[in-house]
Amino acid sequence: MKRSEGSTVGGVAPPEEPTKQRLSLRVNGAEKQLDVAPWTTLLDLLRETLDLTGTKKGCDHGQCGACTVLVDGQRINSCLTLAIMKDGCEVTTVEGLARGDALHPVQEAFIEQDAFQCGYCTPGQICSAVGMLAEGHARTDDDIREQMSGNLCRCGAYPHILAAIQQARRTSAKGEGT
Amino acid sequence: MNRFSYVRARDAREAVDVVSAHPTARFIGGGTNLLDLMKEHVTHPSHVVDITRLPLKGIEDTPDGGLRIGALVTNSEVAWNAEVKRRYPLLSKAILAGASPQLRNMATTGGNLLQRTRCYYFYDVGTPCNKREPGSGCGAKTGFNRIHAILGTSEQCIATHPSDMCVALAALEAVVRVTGKDGERAIPFADFHRLPGDTPQLDTNLKPDELITAVELPPEGFAAHSTYLKVRDRASYAFALVSVAAALTLDGGHVRSARVALGGVAHKPWRNPEAEALLTGKPATREHFQAVADALVRGAKGFGHNTFKIELAKRSVVRALEEAAGREGQP
Amino acid sequence: MTTPSTQLGRPVNRVDGRAKVTGEARYAGEFNVPGLLYGQVVSSTIARGRIKSIDASEALRLPGVLRVFTHENRPSLPWFDRKYRDDDAPSGSPFRPLHNDKVVYSGQPVALVVAETFELARHAASLVRIEYKPDSHETDLRAQRKKAYAPRQGKDGFEPPPKPWGHADKALDKAAVKVDAEYETPVEHHNPMEPHASTVIHEDDGTLTIYDKTQGVLNSQTYVCNVFDLPKEQVRVRSPFVGGAFGSGLRPQYQLFLAVLAARELKRSVRVTLTREQMFTFGHRPATLQRVALGASADGTLEALIHEAVSETSSFEDYIEVLVNWGSMLYRCDNVRADYKVAALDCYTPIDMRAPGAAIGVYALESAMDELAHALRMDPIALRLKNYSERDQNKDKPYSSKELRACYQQGAERFGWARRNPEPRSMREGHELVGWGMATGIWDAMQQPASAKAVLGLDGRLVVSSATADIGTGTYTVMTQIAADTLGLPIESVTFKLGDSSLPMAPLEGGSWTVASVGSAVKEACEKLREQLVTFARKTKGSPLAGVGAEEVVFAEGQLRNASDPSRAVSIVEAMRLGGVTHLEEQTSAVPSPKQQAYTRCVHSAVFAEVKVDEALGTVRVTRVVSAVAGGRVLNPKTARSQVMGGVVWGISMALHEETALDHTLGRFMNHNYAEYHVPVNADVRDIDVIFVDEDDTVVNPLGAKGLGEIGIVGVAAAVANAVFHATGRRVRGLPITLDKLL
Repeated sequence: MKRSEGSTVGGVAPPEEPTKQRLSLRVNGAEKQLDVAPWTTLLDLLRETLDLTGTKKGCDHGQCGACTVLVDGQRINSCLTLAIMKDGCEVTTVEGLARGDALHPVQEAFIEQDAFQCGYCTPGQICSAVGMLAEGHARTDDDIREQMSGNLCRCGAYPHILAAIQQARRTSAKGEGT
Repeated sequence: MNRFSYVRARDAREAVDVVSAHPTARFIGGGTNLLDLMKEHVTHPSHVVDITRLPLKGIEDTPDGGLRIGALVTNSEVAWNAEVKRRYPLLSKAILAGASPQLRNMATTGGNLLQRTRCYYFYDVGTPCNKREPGSGCGAKTGFNRIHAILGTSEQCIATHPSDMCVALAALEAVVRVTGKDGERAIPFADFHRLPGDTPQLDTNLKPDELITAVELPPEGFAAHSTYLKVRDRASYAFALVSVAAALTLDGGHVRSARVALGGVAHKPWRNPEAEALLTGKPATREHFQAVADALVRGAKGFGHNTFKIELAKRSVVRALEEAAGREGQP
Repeated sequence: MTTPSTQLGRPVNRVDGRAKVTGEARYAGEFNVPGLLYGQVVSSTIARGRIKSIDASEALRLPGVLRVFTHENRPSLPWFDRKYRDDDAPSGSPFRPLHNDKVVYSGQPVALVVAETFELARHAASLVRIEYKPDSHETDLRAQRKKAYAPRQGKDGFEPPPKPWGHADKALDKAAVKVDAEYETPVEHHNPMEPHASTVIHEDDGTLTIYDKTQGVLNSQTYVCNVFDLPKEQVRVRSPFVGGAFGSGLRPQYQLFLAVLAARELKRSVRVTLTREQMFTFGHRPATLQRVALGASADGTLEALIHEAVSETSSFEDYIEVLVNWGSMLYRCDNVRADYKVAALDCYTPIDMRAPGAAIGVYALESAMDELAHALRMDPIALRLKNYSERDQNKDKPYSSKELRACYQQGAERFGWARRNPEPRSMREGHELVGWGMATGIWDAMQQPASAKAVLGLDGRLVVSSATADIGTGTYTVMTQIAADTLGLPIESVTFKLGDSSLPMAPLEGGSWTVASVGSAVKEACEKLREQLVTFARKTKGSPLAGVGAEEVVFAEGQLRNASDPSRAVSIVEAMRLGGVTHLEEQTSAVPSPKQQAYTRCVHSAVFAEVKVDEALGTVRVTRVVSAVAGGRVLNPKTARSQVMGGVVWGISMALHEETALDHTLGRFMNHNYAEYHVPVNADVRDIDVIFVDEDDTVVNPLGAKGLGEIGIVGVAAAVANAVFHATGRRVRGLPITLDKLL
């Protein structure tokens, strides 16, 4: 039977000291080689190690969506993701959406529609919206409301978040047409 | 979260070996429930065995005309899969009623089956809970039990199973494929989850070293007449107070066969074949649906805050059966 | 001459918008510095009793764990209550973390584990073993109501209930039509998306820069200086962005104390961030039991108004809020009695939460008004207009402005109220019963003393600052607009700074008074700059404006112009050059004008709600809300609309979702997470229409604007509850209206 190096079949006690493992990630287009402890979540890695604090920690339990990032294009909760499990993946955070000075259409629309107040859920809302638009399952306004329901906004900006996504979708559709 | 060893399994054999060598080791797939519980200090695995690189990600036809869903297929992939939507719309609808899009993008088919209860006391290590810590008592029975079970409870535990997908799988009579030290086996869905009894710490009949490899759906998908009704405290992203997977085959206005599974009311998706049989050959009318509903919740017991679920479950069953009966064609 | 407004009243996009959508905006727990340590709080599991022992040895054995602070090893700190008081403290003895072995509520911080990494601190905290000797506790308001007492009144801004007038009880007895009902509201937690956090940066010389989640940097600074006996020069508190607060940041919370304590003891920088569960271990909206009794003559004239409330407080402070005063402000009545008591529970002291007092007091009042309208067979708006108050009877003063009639009229029209069949259960769509309800909202329009500084540079840029906060309310944006407007500058030329204790004094950001208070100071500071610039331009030989009357000079597009001959103009920068200055600076303090004292100053609203109730399953959806607000002059319709809309969502949430559930056996909140403490998700919120009616107010403050942070929530829960009654014929008198109450 083959076993991977460092696997611990046969009674090795769990480590008390951090045994870090090598992790390769592409974060917002940049290659990163990192040594991480297995219990470090992708969220904590982004915020504490990479200083990418745009991704927020609202609950740390997958109950609010503030930590939403795109992994290989899919929106996920980074708080319930062990960083080490994403070895070799491409991670896009809110800091990686704009192209230079040009904001992503969803970011533009969030500003224009005043789709936030305190701003703390906003990066998660925006990443979630980008992920949702890519998924392509939202046809109606009700679809958008339902498919954006994994992102709490305590300020209650929901109607404006809906409006922003509608606007971004219009802009993107126009962009594709030209 | 406690310290643990991380092992990236290269094949199922290796995964099973690590887990069988360490009693508290855990497989990790989507991680959406395991990491949650580890952060709450409810679960303390010595080893976390990453199975996400195993080849269990396909959705394929079975020889008998059913569908086999690999254990690592995500909830989103199942829900939006064209074949699932066409042949098993009940399953698609149930999955989309659960959690959030982000969580569904992470959570796996196998992991969904192993979700642990949402009982407040189970999650809060500052309180007693027989499921978390056998013998410590049940805080919920005399405490705040609005979300708790009304059927199949025990002196030890009144927790519910939180999954939506499993309620649909129970109605569809899926089969769970597992592999372990002693080889492979197939577990009928009804036998997969347990009632709490005197061993509330055990949610399922999986052996400690067994790994779920797939869920198989039988050919009959009730595509023409099925629905999933979820009743909850907000419109989305909330666990069910009561949910109903209802599936019918109709012959003209008469019921040929009926399946009704309830979620949010017991330690496992709740079915009662005798209650379902009451519909066989009967007209698909409210009166007969009501009889099924009454039979399904016979013996139900409330604990105060959750007593309303008894009436709610009955009404939900009637509503779901009406919807299923009236449902023509596709999702 | 007054310059015509160019910036005020415009829907300017948030000036901090870009920082917020790109992730550049940093919140209290996001300032990373080299060598930062992480503190994790250990919370008590009992509600009352004593700590018998704390065993931290297992935690301390882990390499990288530096210290476990407890009451046994904390440094000596002041004993006196006054050292721990803060600007929002009620009467009593403020909670002192790690003070002694006494546990006074479940979830109380009893230890702080400090470690090199976040994960290590979290793990180590789970290894701290604590033994308790529990005492019996009481957390049930119903059980304690018999011990309710008249609270001590030591909290800023509190108005005691009005003294009774007439003979309310007699009048109620004799009234032709009456309602007499008890309403119950639960504990709610603010649950801002950003957890409370403090990052304390410890400099080599011992000075502290603290990034704190707060609605008042000066409040936090004073608290830290008092508790730790530090001079103000050594403590700078900053809070450039606040991820929501809604009142939870009005008092320094225990993570600030613990982070400072650890940083001082270890001489290292320390961050303490609370977990979501720990967000349920400090202030909350108090549970209340309220009786509202109304009597009326057959034509709807209100003849008796009684509002009695028992509200929850802690065992150590008397939390108070204005709960029972609103009825006699909104409605004219000759016989009024209001009574307000508190009962002590073994929970933390409640704290102001969005529209404290009004949110729940007006819910009960406006539900009762709806019950009365139904009993009278009278239209709910007609009943309110019949008893409309032109004066505040509580103080016998006129209102500085009150366009509430216009709110009723315009809100009703937008909603389509005229088409309402008053009969309950008269509208249905499929499985759902449809109901329409309305209610009135009211909140104070206060102004507090505040200061601001304005600095103009030769680059033409204006920097204005004040130690206020922007908790999502739009302070950055509106202050920028006020400054730009006063000096005729484009928005882009103005920077507003806040959230820094080194800036000029500002009050706590709460009570909906920030625009009125800080905005007035900003305006005054900029007006002083204007005067100087005008003087330079008029008095300097060779200036195009030389000799022009001061009244004739207007500011527009970065220039000073002669109003009657705009070709005679100088740019602001030229005017500074004419004056021979390289920069101009003004700092002013704005205080409320004495003329305000002659008036009661309030913001009003009329709220209309449509609900759809699944008849069999009891589920309630709020499908439509119209909120018509009389809020004075609206300075930024875009951010103003967001404020009111957010308040409406809070009102829906209060009506249908929010309740922190106590297990009285354990004395513990059980649904302490976002999965089980429900706030609305996107799918819960449908159409919300906000109307601002015209309202001219020259008294309320120099801007004529009334704060909008609170008014949005007030009345919404009643409007929803009234709509549920209209839909179902069922009157639910306890919030939230969950489906089980309608089965």
